[in-house]
Amino acid sequence: MSKFRKGGEKGMPAISTASLPDIVFMLLFFFMVTTVMRETTLFVDVTTPKATEIKKMGKKSLVSYIYIGSPIKRMQASYGSAARIQLNDAFAEVSEIQEFIATERESRDEKEIPYMTASIKADETVKMGIITDVKQELRKANALKINYSTRKGNY
Amino acid sequence: MASKRRGLPEINAGSMADIAFLLLIFFLVTTTMDVDTGIARKLPPMPEEEQEKPPEIHAKNIYTVLINTHNQLLVEGEYMDISQLKEGAKTFIDNNGRDPSSSENPEKAIISLQNDRGTQYVTYIRVQNELAAAYNELRNKEALNKFGERYIDLNKTQKKEIRKMYPQKISEAEPKNIGGDS
Repeated sequence: MSKFRKGGEKGMPAISTASLPDIVFMLLFFFMVTTVMRETTLFVDVTTPKATEIKKMGKKSLVSYIYIGSPIKRMQASYGSAARIQLNDAFAEVSEIQEFIATERESRDEKEIPYMTASIKADETVKMGIITDVKQELRKANALKINYSTRKGNY
Repeated sequence: MASKRRGLPEINAGSMADIAFLLLIFFLVTTTMDVDTGIARKLPPMPEEEQEKPPEIHAKNIYTVLINTHNQLLVEGEYMDISQLKEGAKTFIDNNGRDPSSSENPEKAIISLQNDRGTQYVTYIRVQNELAAAYNELRNKEALNKFGERYIDLNKTQKKEIRKMYPQKISEAEPKNIGGDS
């Protein structure tokens, strides 16, 4: 009767799936580009404290992470349960921080050095003694921009 | 010869989507979108050998916050619960000479923070957070008063102006080791 009913007799034509791979590839490339693979395996337990007045950190490539916490269960047999510092992929002593900052600086462009941030990812239960030592070393290394890593949340 | 006439056989691309899906799911799972957040602070540079005398600061312009090894707070010589710290800091900063024993104006007000080596990190962060909250609330109030917008919605020059009125001056003294490290 109406114009629109004409095609009804032929049944639904199959939808072409030829462009499906293209769509999927597009998504794939998006995720490939945005993915940042986790580089370090954590040897210390870190549950960062909660805070409300937080700021987002800038470029990830300019951030050097310093992890502080007690060693994970598997490592406690050989390292004990006292809080330790982890830099990159290994436990470190406080005295190694200056060297760590120096190598981090070397791998960056000279122009970017003033924007580099040291992020302290410490566990809630850690005592301030070790944090203070780390901060003191950072001052000596002239890495003055720091960031206390926290989660968003209320008390 | 026969094949030449037919040309190259077409490769079946039907499974292409499956392969792409597989890769897609892998990247979907491994992607972490979360941005790192935290409290940004600036450390003071190491003191140089020949340092000129620091300018003298009136004792009334300093708001001392001490944290002991049992995570208790001593603010201006009195015990205080951590939940009251924000209000306390706000009244101190925004005193503007009303109370002669408190700060003269927000620009001169300094918060001095000292903790013990035995203080727990979570308490320290909470104190830092409360102090930052005090400043943020004061800045917000001023921004609403002056520009009718919240501090974060202001443009750069407006933010600078507010920041100049309420500079965040938190000084950290070298920690003491009274309560012990462990």
